[in-house]
Amino acid sequence: MSHPILEARGITRTYRMGEVDVHALRGVDFALMDREFVVILGASGSGKSTLLNILGGLDQPTEGSVIFQDRDLSAVSDAQLTRFRRRHVGFVFQLYNLMPSLTARENVALVTEISKDPMDPAEALGLVGLEHRLDHFPSQLSGGEQQRVAIARAVAKRPEILLCDEPTGALDFRAGVVVLEVLERVNREIGTATAVITHNVSIGEMADRVVILKDGRIDEERRNEVKTPASELHW
Amino acid sequence: MRVLDRKLLRDLRGMTGQVLTIGLVVAAGIAGYLSLRATWSSLVDSRDAYYERYRFGDAFAWLDRAPEGISTRLEAIPGVARVHTRIVHSVRIPLEGEEQTATGVVVSLPPDGNPPLNAIHLARGRLPEGGQDDEALLLEAFADRRGIEPGDTMRVVMDGSLRRLIVVGIAASPEFVYPQPPGGALLPDEERFAVLWMDRRAVAPVFRLEGAFNDAVFRLNRDASLREVVAEVDRILEPYGGRGAVGRALQPSNYFLEGELAQLRQFATVLPIIFLGVAAFLLNVVLSRMLALQRTQVAALKAVGYSSREIGGHYLKFAVAVVLLGALGGIALGAWMGEGITNLYGQFFGFPDLQFRLRPGDTVLAVALALAAGVAGAMASLRRILRLSPAEAMRPEAPTRYRPSLPERLGLGKLVGPSGRMVLREVGRRPVRLALSSFGIALAVAVLVIARFSSDALEFLIDQQFYRAWREDVTVTFTHPVPERGVREFLHFPGVRRAEGLRTTSARFANGHLEREAALLGYPDGARLRQLIDGEGNVMPLPETGVIFTRKLAELLGVSPGDTLRVALREGRMRNRTVVVGGLVDEMFGLQAHMPLRELNALLDEEPRVTQAVLTVDADRRVELEQRLVEVPAVADVSTRAAIISRFREASGDMLTIMTLVLSAFAAAIAGGVVYNNARVALSMRARDLSSLRVLGFTRKEVSTILFGEMAVEVILAIPIGFLLGHWMAVGIAGSVDPERYRLPVMISPWTYGYAVAVILLAAALTAVAVRRRVNRLDLVGVLKTQD
Repeated sequence: MSHPILEARGITRTYRMGEVDVHALRGVDFALMDREFVVILGASGSGKSTLLNILGGLDQPTEGSVIFQDRDLSAVSDAQLTRFRRRHVGFVFQLYNLMPSLTARENVALVTEISKDPMDPAEALGLVGLEHRLDHFPSQLSGGEQQRVAIARAVAKRPEILLCDEPTGALDFRAGVVVLEVLERVNREIGTATAVITHNVSIGEMADRVVILKDGRIDEERRNEVKTPASELHW
Repeated sequence: MRVLDRKLLRDLRGMTGQVLTIGLVVAAGIAGYLSLRATWSSLVDSRDAYYERYRFGDAFAWLDRAPEGISTRLEAIPGVARVHTRIVHSVRIPLEGEEQTATGVVVSLPPDGNPPLNAIHLARGRLPEGGQDDEALLLEAFADRRGIEPGDTMRVVMDGSLRRLIVVGIAASPEFVYPQPPGGALLPDEERFAVLWMDRRAVAPVFRLEGAFNDAVFRLNRDASLREVVAEVDRILEPYGGRGAVGRALQPSNYFLEGELAQLRQFATVLPIIFLGVAAFLLNVVLSRMLALQRTQVAALKAVGYSSREIGGHYLKFAVAVVLLGALGGIALGAWMGEGITNLYGQFFGFPDLQFRLRPGDTVLAVALALAAGVAGAMASLRRILRLSPAEAMRPEAPTRYRPSLPERLGLGKLVGPSGRMVLREVGRRPVRLALSSFGIALAVAVLVIARFSSDALEFLIDQQFYRAWREDVTVTFTHPVPERGVREFLHFPGVRRAEGLRTTSARFANGHLEREAALLGYPDGARLRQLIDGEGNVMPLPETGVIFTRKLAELLGVSPGDTLRVALREGRMRNRTVVVGGLVDEMFGLQAHMPLRELNALLDEEPRVTQAVLTVDADRRVELEQRLVEVPAVADVSTRAAIISRFREASGDMLTIMTLVLSAFAAAIAGGVVYNNARVALSMRARDLSSLRVLGFTRKEVSTILFGEMAVEVILAIPIGFLLGHWMAVGIAGSVDPERYRLPVMISPWTYGYAVAVILLAAALTAVAVRRRVNRLDLVGVLKTQD
């Protein structure tokens, strides 16, 4: 059995939204194994985005610890968190978050420029099947294509961890499947440990393991004996 | 090029309007600073070179008559390197085809024509030949105004007899940069004051000064004490009618020149501070908005591992790019304007080799200051967004909290419709932004106020001085003190209705070690044409005994009413006397002491005598009167109030007009920059709200009203604040004027306030039109589809 690459222990997270206190996480233990593909399921407000943000060093827990390579990320400085994200984590967001003023290639280069031993931006875009769209601006790409640029951007630095927040949330079925195929391929070919959060239960079928969050706690956890290829998913 | 830099370039291109308006404000600041600063330094350099090359003296002495042998005693004074003795005498110059005469001085030239000190710059023609008693060099400023060229002849009254002189050359000298008639005048008068340089052997017999001199110029050693030299010169020359030696600082031409340069430098400092402050503010506004709109981009950059420093650096580069763009324009504009202003001053001063030079140091400093202002403005908005954690930045901003505005809470909400309420709540939600915006526009209002303030002050000064304090129509100056009863003779001249005498002399007042040169004036009993006006504008009677001092003079001497102080007179037999301070008066010009005529005559130990006559005349007979007056032998000069006032306006006119135009353009740039940027920011931040309103059926006009309502509130608030700021700046400018020359009253006319409001409203209206076009283009569906 492989070893955990990233581990969250007893984390809680409370924050203020406007004038309301939100308890997003109420004590979660979670480990992401090396080369593993995990799908985290949950309804809106179950705390899954918060968990992902904390795992990726975008946010810090109110209580608890996040262990990466024997280091507690909940106790490090902002600069060290930045370094963690820069070297080890790739992100894919529901809304792609591409720079509208940069082309596909430039959006990927944004990351390769600040990484050690990255892929060539064109190679990364080839991996997501966009080798023919290198010099298009985000406004000239479809939603699915934009999301694939975002994936290329995330994996171009060869991260150990890839975190995806509703990567198909804004896409239609066909485009969504293509994006999932790309994620599957990256996990298989590069061996990046991948965590995908979604409220789409079907996507769980392509994972090694499925974790279900409810109300800020882990409600259920199961392992898929047989993984369904992304191309065979339906929703 | 790095990808982030490419993003920077594209962001810049996408915000052309805002980049340009901010760049314009930066350019205005830098151009204002550089042009005035370069003018100042070019003039200082040219002056120094001029003084150096033409051996301008370090000290100057005037006297009645001393035998030439005395010069060896002057040369022996410790600290004196060289003495040049001369004959300098005033003359009268009848002008062809004019009733008025010009005044002038004749300055003697040594036999070789090249004075060792106070040398002359021969602009054209040649030097007078030795032994020729009818050849003269003429001051360039006068020659140019009068169109006199070498070879022309001039009629000159020298010591009462009319002579015809041949102008053989046109010349200038560092001692006459600001040509001043010997009696002292309020303003230089190039048209009516001439200097003639003639061979000393030709001049001496005319003024009965063979083997004698009445003027000395000194070059001092580097380590000499001016004070000690002056005291020693005064001691030696006292028996020869010495009228007191002065250092270069008090040499009349240099004194005025220094005053002009000091004021120029002051202006070069105050103006750019305002512009750069506004530029910093605008950058802050635009960057805040840019960061708000690019909030998710900032978050994504953070998420993929860019540090706060790298992201901050990226946005700072934006500010730096805008500032540098403005700086380039500003340097070019500043160099162009500076050269123009320098040439304008150059015509005025007549420096022979005026070189305009932009000092690299000043340019670097200006750009550095602009960058510092830009970075400061950008930092303020950056700090907030960089503090956000990347996850928080990924979420849309929490809905802004609105609440009923103050007028609504006071129950006045029903007076305005929903649109009005939206405006009030928006304004009330960002009180700091509102205050800063209004302040920025207020600065523009203030700049407009000071643009016209100098003209206002000048008009007020003219009114006070020439209609209230000096009420005569014609001023007659005598060649020497004449018996007071002679003044009554003028009543028989054509059109004269009233004639009063006036005794003027110059004196050095001393209280302990505090000394000051000032004019001492004596007024006849019941004088009505010359009056002292107190601070409240009331006529102030002269006391029976004692002397009324200009308040500034009393300050400089550290005396108050009742104090006794020493006075060294320049004429009469008893040179050292004491006087009692009888009172103080606020006067706008110069340093004066006033006393009754008989008291002054007694002080001078003379019969009742006067040196001037002041007359009121029938306007329709003035020309006839002037023709008669110039025929009177004892009359040195005749001037009319109308001529003095028009000369006054003329002397300041060009400079004031240019200043007003330049400052107005700059102020419009500021106001336009603030209003335009705020409106653009408001438009992009609220595009969704405004589009939603359009979808709900609001017309473009109604939507614009909401947007421009905020602008209107900013502008309306800015106007009174701007008036106040303008008043303070005017006080600052008035304070920067050399208080010993004149004290500028802080008087701002309603016209000036009206002008400021009109320019601001026009600038605001033009920007509103520009932004309105964007409101019309709002993409209703597109805006609603975009994500938060």
